[in-house]
Amino acid sequence: MNLESIPLQAFLIVSSILFCIGIWGLLNSRNAVRVLMSIELMLNAVNINLMAFSSYVDNNLIQGQVFTIFVITVAAAEAAVGLAILLSLYRNRVTVDMESFNLLKW
Amino acid sequence: MSIAVTTQIICFSVLSLVVIVGALGVILLESIVYSAFLLGGVFMSVAGLYLLLNASFVAAAQVLVYVGAVNVLIIFAIMLVNKKEDLMPIENIKSRRIISTSICLTLLSLLIRVDLSNTWGLADPNTSIGEESTIRIGEHLFSDYLLPFEVASVLLLMAMIGAIVLARRDVMNEDISTGLPVDQELIEKPNEPLLIKKN
Repeated sequence: MNLESIPLQAFLIVSSILFCIGIWGLLNSRNAVRVLMSIELMLNAVNINLMAFSSYVDNNLIQGQVFTIFVITVAAAEAAVGLAILLSLYRNRVTVDMESFNLLKW
Repeated sequence: MSIAVTTQIICFSVLSLVVIVGALGVILLESIVYSAFLLGGVFMSVAGLYLLLNASFVAAAQVLVYVGAVNVLIIFAIMLVNKKEDLMPIENIKSRRIISTSICLTLLSLLIRVDLSNTWGLADPNTSIGEESTIRIGEHLFSDYLLPFEVASVLLLMAMIGAIVLARRDVMNEDISTGLPVDQELIEKPNEPLLIKKN
């Protein structure tokens, strides 16, 4: 496919915006589930970046697509463990408010 | 996949608009359930972007793993911890918002500047393998990326066992084979909520 119609920079800008939205959500969410969702958004932004580079810069070996597969794998493991931690946290504290998880606060 | 240039541009604009608006909805909406479903929409649109980039295998993996597994897991977690609670107000929330927003905007402007000012070493479009990408991914996974591929399976097994151990609630009080009472204290402590209020 002739990809010259869409410049590489368009994909990069979309992924930058998505990454910054993820960081904002990570910093500002009160609900712990939403923090996990923000992490998933950031991982997706990184994946878009890798995929764009693999088809514009490395379009014969496409190592970026292999990297994306591994990132998806690790993201699935991270989501499972993260939500399990969240459940046991909820069982002990009966809240998902990030502000109440302050045991390690300086 | 050979589609006309105008169609590509329209598809890309619609998909990226859905991604960005959906992501804003995920972090800004009041109801966490709406956020979870919007997150599914964002994942689907990202899969569409992958299709535009000629990567049908990764797009299918994205739909299967993210929409089919991660998003369902998130919805289950919301179902399990969904309790209406009145969040206590935080002092100086306004300055916190201002600082975090300015950090994000600074990072965004930096990233966009790098995206636009750098000259990326674009490859010759004629060397593109196009539709053969799935075959090439298979070759990679079984030759030069074989070790990471196998380690990923160990990682998934560890994550599965870890998630079960962390999230399970019911503990058998007696051993199935011998019938003797089993001390499970280390694995699961009794379920008594300890609320530590911040003074």
